[in-house]
Amino acid sequence: MTKKKVKVEICVGTTCFLLGASKLQEMERFLPPDLTGRVEVQGTACLGCCRNDNFGSAPFVKVDDTDVIANATLEKVINRVRRSLNL
Amino acid sequence: MIMKVANNAERIRRELLIRIIRNFMRGTLKDVIDRIAVDMRPRKERPSRCCVYKDRAVLKYRVMAMLGFGIEDEIDEAKALSKYLKEATERQAPDDNILSVLDVACSACVESQYLVTNACRGCFARPCTFNCPRDAIQVVDGQARIDHSLCIDCGKCTKVCPYHAIIRVPIPCEEACPVNAIKKRSDGTQVINFKSCISCGKCMQACPFGAILERSQIIDVLNAIKKGKKVVAMVAPSIVGQFPGKLAQIAEAVKLVGFELMEEVAHGAQMTTEHETKEFFEHMEQGDHIMTSSCCPAYVETVKKHVPLLQPYVSDTPSPMRFTARVVKEKYGCDCVSVFIGPCVAKRKEAQRSPKVDYVLTFEELGSFFAAMNIDVASLKGIKLPRKVEGYARGFASSCGVTSAMLKESTKTVADSNLDNDAKFINGLDQKTVKQLHLYGKGKLPGNFLEVMACEGGCVGGPCVLGDVKLATRAVKASTEE
Repeated sequence: MTKKKVKVEICVGTTCFLLGASKLQEMERFLPPDLTGRVEVQGTACLGCCRNDNFGSAPFVKVDDTDVIANATLEKVINRVRRSLNL
Repeated sequence: MIMKVANNAERIRRELLIRIIRNFMRGTLKDVIDRIAVDMRPRKERPSRCCVYKDRAVLKYRVMAMLGFGIEDEIDEAKALSKYLKEATERQAPDDNILSVLDVACSACVESQYLVTNACRGCFARPCTFNCPRDAIQVVDGQARIDHSLCIDCGKCTKVCPYHAIIRVPIPCEEACPVNAIKKRSDGTQVINFKSCISCGKCMQACPFGAILERSQIIDVLNAIKKGKKVVAMVAPSIVGQFPGKLAQIAEAVKLVGFELMEEVAHGAQMTTEHETKEFFEHMEQGDHIMTSSCCPAYVETVKKHVPLLQPYVSDTPSPMRFTARVVKEKYGCDCVSVFIGPCVAKRKEAQRSPKVDYVLTFEELGSFFAAMNIDVASLKGIKLPRKVEGYARGFASSCGVTSAMLKESTKTVADSNLDNDAKFINGLDQKTVKQLHLYGKGKLPGNFLEVMACEGGCVGGPCVLGDVKLATRAVKASTEE
C-alpha cells in the first residue's frame, strides 16, 4: 500500500523567494526520517499573499491545497505536515 | 568556508529595503521613515537583542546605511532619518567608503580563541595540560581551565583532547577577512582599516550580528528614475540563477521597475575575453612568467594593496562592467544613468573609479525593488533582449569561467596556444590564498595564467547574492551552453 503524501507548495514569487523561500525549496533534504517520502514539495507561482502590506509575513507555504502558512519555516511546515498525516 | 545561509540579519535587511523602496515609490517615505523601526519592533513583541529599544536603534542605523550614510556621518545622534533622506535625495555622488562597522550592533566577540566546554571529563591522562607549551591549562574542580593571560592560541589542546572538549571560538569577521583589515578597538568592538580593506564584503557576510553595513545607493537610483532620466540597468552575468525565471522575464521586470532597459554585462565580458586573450599573448611574448585576470575588483585591490610583486602581471584589460558601461554611454547618450547590478560589494569601489558607471546596486536590492513593486518575475511573459550574447561570456559568473572563455577565444585566433596547459585558479580569497599570491608574484609557482575570484565559486558566491550557490552555478553552466 502506498502511503498518503502531503502536498507542500512553496511560493516562489519574488517576495517569498527574497524573504526565505529560496532556502525552503530544499526542505526535502532536511525532513526527519519518519516523514521521508511522505511529502511532495513543489514550487508554485505567486500565491498573491504578499500583495497587501503584510509582505513581512513572507515566505508563504501552502499545504494540502488549503492551508497557507505565513512566516513559513521548516519547523512550521513539518508540524503542519504531521497534523495532516495524524502523526 | 563561510556558508551562505538564511538568517535573521539577512531577512531584516531585505524587509527594510522593501519598506523603503515601496514608500519611496508611493511618495510616503519622508512621512514614514522615522516610524519604520517602531512598526517593525513594537513594544509588545519579543526583541532579538536585549530590548526593543536597542533593536530600534540598530534598525535606525540600518536605514541610514540604506540611505547611503555610515555611522561615521553621524554628528547629531538625535537627527531624524527624514533629514538624512532629504540629504540623500539632494546629493550628487555617493560616499567613498562603502562598508562601516556599526559599533552598537557589534557584540565585541571574545578575543580568547580557545574554550573548554562541558564535555571535558577532567580525565586522568590530561593531555591538554601536558601538551600546552605555556602551561596555561590547569584542572580545577574536575574540569580543565585555560588561563587566557598565558594562552598563545596555538591550538595544541584542541588536537590532543580525547573528548574534543576544547573548541576554537573564532571572531567571524576577522577570520573571514583575507587581508587582516578588521581589528578590535580597545573597547572590543571591531573597526575596519580602509587602507588595507579590499571591499570584498566577506566580513559583512560573516558577522552573526549583522553589524557590518554597506552604504546603499538605492535612493540615488530611485531618484534618477523618479526624475524621468534614462536609467540603464547593466546586469552581471551572475544574474542567471538569482531569480526564479528566465533572462527575458528578468528584463521585463527590470523595465517595469522604471529602468529604460536591461543590458547584459555578459556582452562586456565578450569584449573583455577578446582583449584579455590578446594581452595574454603579448605578456608571453614579452617574456613574463605569468599574467593574471583582472575582472574581480576585490582581487585587483588585493594585489594593489598587499601583493606589489604581482602588480605588473595583472592584466590591464577593462572589466566586463567597464566595457558594458562604455557601450551603454555611447548607445544611449552621455546623459543616461548607468547602473551596474551584481552580487558584489567591491564593484562599488571599482565604479567610483569608472566615470562611465554611475551607480551600483546588488541583486538583493534589485530583488527588493521587484518585491516592493509587486513584480513577480516568474509570472511575466518576458521581452526580447537588446542583443545576442555568446553563451561562454555568461560563464564569467562562476570560477574558471574566465579561463574557459579565453581558451575558446584563443583557439579562434591562435592555433597553437600554451594557455591550455598552464592555467591556474584561485577560487576564493582567504588568508592562505593571499599567501599563494605572493608566491605567484615571485614566480615560485607554476602556471602562466592565473584566474582569481575573491568569492568562492566566483561571482555566484558573492556577498550580495540571492540564490543558492550550487543551484546558481548549475544555472550559469546551463546558460553557457545555450
